[in-house]
Amino acid sequence: MNAIDLSRRNFLVGASAASGAFTLGFTIPFGDEALAQSAAPEVNAWVVVKPDDTVVIRIARVEMGQGTLTGLAQLVADELDADWSKVTTEYPTPGQNLARKRVWGNFQTAGSQGIRQSVVYVRQGGAAARMMLVQAAADGWKVPVAECSASKGVITHKASNRTTTYGKVAEAAAKLEAPKEPALKDPKDWTIAGKSLKRLNQGGKVNGAQVYSIDHKMPGLLNAAVKDCPIWGGKLKSFDASAAEKMPGVKKVVQVENAVAVIADTWWRAKTALEAVKFDYDPGEHGKLDSAAIAATLKAGLDAPEAFVGNKQGDADAAIKGAAKTIEAVYSVPYQHHATMEPMNATARYTPEKCEVWTATQNAEAALAAVSQGVGLPLDKCDIYRLDLGGGFGRRATSQDFARQAALIAKQMPGVPIKMIWSREEDQLHGTYHPITQCKLTGGLDKDGNLVGLKMRISGQSIQATIRPEGLDKDGRDAFTFQGLNPGGAEGQFGYTIPNLLIDHAMRNPPVRPGFWRGVNNNQNAIYTECFMDELAASAGVDPLEFRRRLMKNHPKHLAVLNAVAEKGGWGKPAAPGVFRGLAQHMGYGSYVAACAEVSVNASGTLKVHRIVAATDCGHAVNPRQIEGQIEGSFAYGLGAAMLQEITIKDGQVVEQNFDTYPILRMDEMPAVESIVMPSGGFWGGVGEPTIFVAAPAVLNAIAAATGKRVRNLPIKNNDLRKA
Amino acid sequence: MVKLNVNGRTVDVDAEPDTPLLWAIREQIGLTGTKYGCGVAQCGACTVHVDGVATRSCALPISGITEGQKIVTIEGLSPDASHPLQKAWLELDVPQCGYCQSGQIMAAAALLKETPKPTDEDIMREMSNICRCGTYNRIKAAIKQVAGTAG
Repeated sequence: MNAIDLSRRNFLVGASAASGAFTLGFTIPFGDEALAQSAAPEVNAWVVVKPDDTVVIRIARVEMGQGTLTGLAQLVADELDADWSKVTTEYPTPGQNLARKRVWGNFQTAGSQGIRQSVVYVRQGGAAARMMLVQAAADGWKVPVAECSASKGVITHKASNRTTTYGKVAEAAAKLEAPKEPALKDPKDWTIAGKSLKRLNQGGKVNGAQVYSIDHKMPGLLNAAVKDCPIWGGKLKSFDASAAEKMPGVKKVVQVENAVAVIADTWWRAKTALEAVKFDYDPGEHGKLDSAAIAATLKAGLDAPEAFVGNKQGDADAAIKGAAKTIEAVYSVPYQHHATMEPMNATARYTPEKCEVWTATQNAEAALAAVSQGVGLPLDKCDIYRLDLGGGFGRRATSQDFARQAALIAKQMPGVPIKMIWSREEDQLHGTYHPITQCKLTGGLDKDGNLVGLKMRISGQSIQATIRPEGLDKDGRDAFTFQGLNPGGAEGQFGYTIPNLLIDHAMRNPPVRPGFWRGVNNNQNAIYTECFMDELAASAGVDPLEFRRRLMKNHPKHLAVLNAVAEKGGWGKPAAPGVFRGLAQHMGYGSYVAACAEVSVNASGTLKVHRIVAATDCGHAVNPRQIEGQIEGSFAYGLGAAMLQEITIKDGQVVEQNFDTYPILRMDEMPAVESIVMPSGGFWGGVGEPTIFVAAPAVLNAIAAATGKRVRNLPIKNNDLRKA
Repeated sequence: MVKLNVNGRTVDVDAEPDTPLLWAIREQIGLTGTKYGCGVAQCGACTVHVDGVATRSCALPISGITEGQKIVTIEGLSPDASHPLQKAWLELDVPQCGYCQSGQIMAAAALLKETPKPTDEDIMREMSNICRCGTYNRIKAAIKQVAGTAG
C-alpha cells in the first residue's frame, strides 16, 4: 500500500535492528552482581560513597537539557537520605551495563520516559543503599538497626548519642547483602525530590568549561569532515579527491558507504578540503522527487478505501450522513528537522581489538549496537563514552548513524582517534525528520449543535515502518501514529467522548527518513483535533470551551487542565484591545496538558504571540521549576515549528540546509509563558515533551479568532494572515 | 602565521588566513567554550567580543583581524565566572543543554556594556542568538536582573 517504495529500507532495517537490540527483557537486580570492586566503595550499582562523604549517583539516562539527570539524582538521593550538597553524578557506559547484565536497565532517553520509566528501580537503588549504610553502622556499633536513623548522609544512634557518616561506613556497607524489595517513601515525605532545586552541572555552562561531544580532546586526535550522498536513495558512483589530498593538513580521504570523509589535522582544514572533492552520484529512483509529489501522494490517501484503524466507536459514517450539519476540513503538517544546536558528531578510535566512541547520544546502548554492527566487532569489544549533548529532541535517540559513521571512518586509520563533525548543512540534509502527514476531518452536528459523529483520516508517513519496522503491529499498523487519539490507556487517551467516531491512518511512506521529534505524532494529532474542535464549535455557534466541556464529562483529568488554563488565561473575559485567545488540550506521554494562547495580528498580517498559559498534570512533579523550564522550552520548539519551519524536497534532497532557510524561533518571537504545574498524584507522566502538543493548536485557534481565517497548512508563515 | 590577542594573551596561530576566527579559537588556541552552530553567522553560538563588540566568529576570517584588536571569549569574560551575567545565569538556572549559552552570555555582556539599562525592545533586538532549548525568557530575566530593570 505504500505509494512510494522504500529504497533505504535495507540500510535502515539494519540500523533499527541495532537500535532495538536491547529494548526487551531486562530485569532490575540489586543483588550480587551489583557489587563490584572500585577505588571508592560502590554500595550498589546506583550509589558510590567516597570516604569524604561525596555521593556519586550513577545515571543511566542522559542529560540533554531536559533536566532528567538532576531529577533522577533527586529521586535516588531522597531515598538515600543523602546530603544534596555532596551529590555528584556519573554515567556508566553501555559496555559496563552489558558486562553487568544490564544492572542499570534501559539507557534510552526518549518519549519523556527518563524519569517515569525508571522511577521505581532507581529509588529502590537509593533506598537499598541507605538500608545497607545504616545496617553497616549498626553492625559497627553492635546495636539493633531499628534504633538507628539516617538524615543528610549522617547516621545516628540516639540511645548512645553516636553518629557516623556514609563515607565512613560505605566500605562495610558494600560487603552486605542487598535488601530485595526496599520500601519506598510516600512522595509526601520527600525532602529532596519534589523540590525546585537548581540543576546539577550548571557551572561549566556559563564559563565555557562544559565539554560537549564536539569539544572532546585526545592526544593524537585527527578531525574528519564528511559528505554523504544528499539524495534519498541515491548512490555515490565515484569521487575525485586529487585536489583535496594536496591541501594543507589533509591526512587521508576515505569512502564510507555513500559518504566521503576528509581526515585532516583540524576540522576546518578537513571541511575546506572536502569542498574541493568532486562527486558523481547515481540519483536513483527518487532523483526527481519533490514536495509537490509527496503532497499529492498524501492527498490521495485522504480518500483511500484502506486504512489502519486507531479509534472506532459506533458508526461515524451513518451519524455524519444523518447529521443536521456537516463540516469538513483538510490540514497538513510538513517535515521538520530537529536542528540541535550542536550538530551530529562523534569521536572514534578503532583497533582490531577494540572500537571506542565518544559521543552525545540519547541511547548509548543503541549506539553500541550500531557501532558493533558497523565495524564488525562483537559488542564486548566496543564501548561508548557519553559526553554532554548540545540538544537531542529525538535526533540522537533512534538513529545512531553519526556514531556508526565515525567508527567506520576510524576503521580506515586504525589506532588513530578521529573526531567526525557534520557541518550544519550535512546535519540538515541527513536528519530523521518529523514525519509528514495530512488529515481530513469530517464532523456531523445535530440541530442543537452537538457533535454526533467525527471522522479523522490521517494520511502520511509512519515513523516505525521506515526506521523500526519491528515496532509495527502484525498487520503493519503503526500504533504510534495514533498518539493521543487512543480510546484508552495510560499513555495518551483521547479526551473526548464522541458516540460515533472513526480515526484511521492511510500509511504513505515517502523515501525521506522520518524520526521521533520532540512530541512526535502528538504534535500534529493535537493540531488536527484541537483546531477542528474550534471549527466545529464555530459552526455550532457554541463557545469553544463550552463545546469541549460537553464532550469531556468522562475525562476529568483532561478537563481539569483545560479549566485551569481557561481560568488563569481569562477565557470569557475581555482581552487587551486587538488581542485574541485560543485554547487546546491533549494527553500524551502519560501527562495531561492544556494551553490558552493570546495573539494579535496586525493590518499587514504579522503575527505576535503575546502570552501562553500552560497547565500540566504529570502525576508527580520531581522538580517543579525544571518542569516550568520544559514548558517554556517546549513552546519555543513547538511554536518555532508551527510558525516558521518546513523541510521541503527538490530533486530528491532536502532544500533547507542552514538557519537562513530553516529559521528558528528567536527571543523577539517568544511569548510570555505562565505555567501551572498541577500534579494530581497516582501516576507518573512525562514532562520533556507533553506541553509542546498544545502550543501550536492554541495559537492557531487564537489566529482564527483574531482574523476569521483558519490556518490549516503549516507552517503559519506560508499563510496570508491579513483579515479576510 | 597570524598573531591574535585572545583573552589578554598574544598567540601565534598557524592557520590559513581565510580560517574563521571560531576555528582558530577552538582548534589552534584550544578554547572550546565558543561553539560552532551554523557557520554562517545565523545562530550566534560562536559569539565573542572583538574590541568589546559582540561578533560572530564563525564568519570572520583571521586575516581580517589585527594583532592590536582584543578578542575576548567566554573563558576570558571573567577569571572565575564572576561576571554579573554569569552569576545571574546560575541564580536563575538559565541553561538547559547549555550549548548556546556561551554565545548568549557574550552577546548580553556586550549589550550591557553599550546599554547598561536596556529596554525589553533593546534586549530583543540585540539578543538574536538562537537557543533550541527555548531558554529565552530566563535569559531576558537574567539580563534585566543584572541591569537592575527587573520588575
